[in-house]
Amino acid sequence: MDLSYSAEELSFRSEVRGWLDANLPTDIRDKVVNYHGLSKEDYLRWHKILAAKGWSVPHWPVEWGGTGWNITQRYIYDEEFGLAGAPALPPFGPAMCASVLLRFGTPAQQERFLPRIRAGDDFWVQGYSEPGAGSDLAALKCRAERQGDFYHVTGQKIWTTLGQYGDWIFCLVRTDSQVERRQEGISFLLIDMKTPGITVRPLILMDGGHEVNEIFFDDVVVPVQNLIYEENKGWTVAKYLLGHERMGSGSVGGSRRELAALRDLAKREVKNGRPLLEDPRFRDRLSRVEIELEALEITSMRFLDKMRRSGQPPGADVSLLKIRGTEIQQAITELMMQAVGPRAQPFRAVDHGSIDHFMSRLAPRYFNLRKASIYAGSNEIQRNIIAKMSLGL
Amino acid sequence: MNFEYNEEQQQFADSVQKFLVGTYSFEQRKEILHSATGLSETLWHSLAEMGLTSISVPETEGGFGGGALDLMAPMEACGEALVVEPLIDNIGLAGRLIAHLGSSEQRSTLLTALMDGSQRFAFASLEPGRRYELQPVLTTATPQGDGWVIQGQKCIVIGAPSAHQLVVSAQTDAGPTLFLVDPSAPGVELNSSRTADGQRSADVRFTDVKLGANALLGKPGEALPWIEEAVDFATALLCADAVGAMKYANEATLEYVKTRKQFGVPIASFQVLQHRMVEMMIACEQARSMSILAASKVDAGVEPSERKRAVSMALVKIADSARQISQESVQLHGGMGMTEELKISHTFRRLTMLGQRFGDADHHLERYAALS
Repeated sequence: MDLSYSAEELSFRSEVRGWLDANLPTDIRDKVVNYHGLSKEDYLRWHKILAAKGWSVPHWPVEWGGTGWNITQRYIYDEEFGLAGAPALPPFGPAMCASVLLRFGTPAQQERFLPRIRAGDDFWVQGYSEPGAGSDLAALKCRAERQGDFYHVTGQKIWTTLGQYGDWIFCLVRTDSQVERRQEGISFLLIDMKTPGITVRPLILMDGGHEVNEIFFDDVVVPVQNLIYEENKGWTVAKYLLGHERMGSGSVGGSRRELAALRDLAKREVKNGRPLLEDPRFRDRLSRVEIELEALEITSMRFLDKMRRSGQPPGADVSLLKIRGTEIQQAITELMMQAVGPRAQPFRAVDHGSIDHFMSRLAPRYFNLRKASIYAGSNEIQRNIIAKMSLGL
Repeated sequence: MNFEYNEEQQQFADSVQKFLVGTYSFEQRKEILHSATGLSETLWHSLAEMGLTSISVPETEGGFGGGALDLMAPMEACGEALVVEPLIDNIGLAGRLIAHLGSSEQRSTLLTALMDGSQRFAFASLEPGRRYELQPVLTTATPQGDGWVIQGQKCIVIGAPSAHQLVVSAQTDAGPTLFLVDPSAPGVELNSSRTADGQRSADVRFTDVKLGANALLGKPGEALPWIEEAVDFATALLCADAVGAMKYANEATLEYVKTRKQFGVPIASFQVLQHRMVEMMIACEQARSMSILAASKVDAGVEPSERKRAVSMALVKIADSARQISQESVQLHGGMGMTEELKISHTFRRLTMLGQRFGDADHHLERYAALS
């Protein structure tokens, strides 16, 4: 039993830290730590910097440009990103679409898409959810009818994160509606967003930000070469992706950085002539979040150690990292907003006024992070998974 | 990074667990609980023979020189069985203080007796009206001739009724000091009770208790840091004990909801109950992580402030999880969970008491915050 990282792991950590310190553009870091959204240009610029270093797709097989790092190194890498305020690359291309291509793609498909994903040439987005298919994903209706060598796609997707930046979208579509089980008759398609018939409509969230979208497909023509795996077997692909749990879902590194920032903030804020940090009510709430994060970090390490030993992907228990990790993230946003008290209120500058670059983002950040317990399988769905798979209920 | 027990640790934990399954069933425990002494001498000797009381004794004294991490799995097993014998008090508190502060003669006699199970000890530290403070105030010792005279009172000395020697903290002109006191010595008065979770405890009054020079444990005035260390070590053991009890509560509850039928179906089919059990499972896992943290830090011999901070973090999590799991396990058992007949109510009592034995969540939240 030993909680500490090995000398090699520590030196790897300092290598990643040193590199991030020297190569993470200040303007991008500034946006991340002050909770400003990143532009498509920011994401792609950062992707290219990582790709030049050979670090854009660490988890891929080495022959496709992966780093060959073990699971612990990958965890450390993610954690250092969080600590440094480096934006994680959006998972849709490098983590999600690529995993599917690597597992189910034909050699031609792999050759066509993987190098571009690695290099950051295309911005990928995900077309899963529909207005009538959220947690119940298999209820999806977006239709793809095959005519010769082409599918004709008609329907709607929703909650497409960064869909406004998308060059390509991977979609689950219904290719057969006359099936007994709804999970059958679904296919996995890659669609070029420049194809005629695609409309992207922004959904502005309560933080005022444009992050998610509705996407409408009106007789969009997609070559059959863009079908991944077999027609009507898309659910197999989707399940593989869902099971491809990421150990980073606890976001330990980012939460550590934010808690440190929150502590500093609470030292500067004054309540009744004393630092807010000395207010027992505030301090206790902060302490409890810090303790929960400490426990989550050790729990994450326990999962890592188990995976490293068994060589197996983590079981359903790993869902607890997502549940607690997002609860912690949300609790931090709430305390941040409360720490600045009344000054959390200014939201937008008007009439040539100006507002605080950081404090004006704290309420929107709190609003925005309500998404964390809803996305990527809501926390209720995660509990269902644990109940079924781990507790046998 | 390594979260597996080594082979020795695993084997030892397995043998303790197997032993308890055979000798410490719920029925057997009930008999022990209601016996005159409230403990089983046979069990004590067997555990000692297996090595449980020797693990954390230094090798120079004939022990295994292990630490809290080595005791974690066996303590979990004891927690699962709700063992009422004063293990934490002997291994964690009194034994630790004797090992750290005893003269070579004290160490060799007392630790030998601890290891072979022939004697038990208890640490008399808490004082009435002073909650969890470790600094003695109401108990004083003054030099007299070659020896000392002790006056004052202690409370909630768990394990005192069966102890052959008490380790007593007392205030002297030099500061907090420890003494070895024979509980049957003239002037020592024990007022014994059974605790809510089935242990034996006593309030102790000292009236002009005369002690020889050899009763002094360590140097006068230097005891407090050692007391704090021993209590942190004991708290790490308590964390493991609590994790064992939580594990039992979760397993028993899971089993119960799968078999209990209402409205024609097992109540486990209700999502509202499923999600609560998932929360219980997460609380137990998070508690286990913190138990590992506490044990690692007390073993690593880090700076006292770092040790205290980690142990307090752990206890906050353990106390919160213990409360949640004990309450939920009774709730999900329904009325049956309230009865003495089911082990779950005894687990409830144990988890409740553990949650405030060496400081409750608020106490440790305060200590953590002061050190952060």
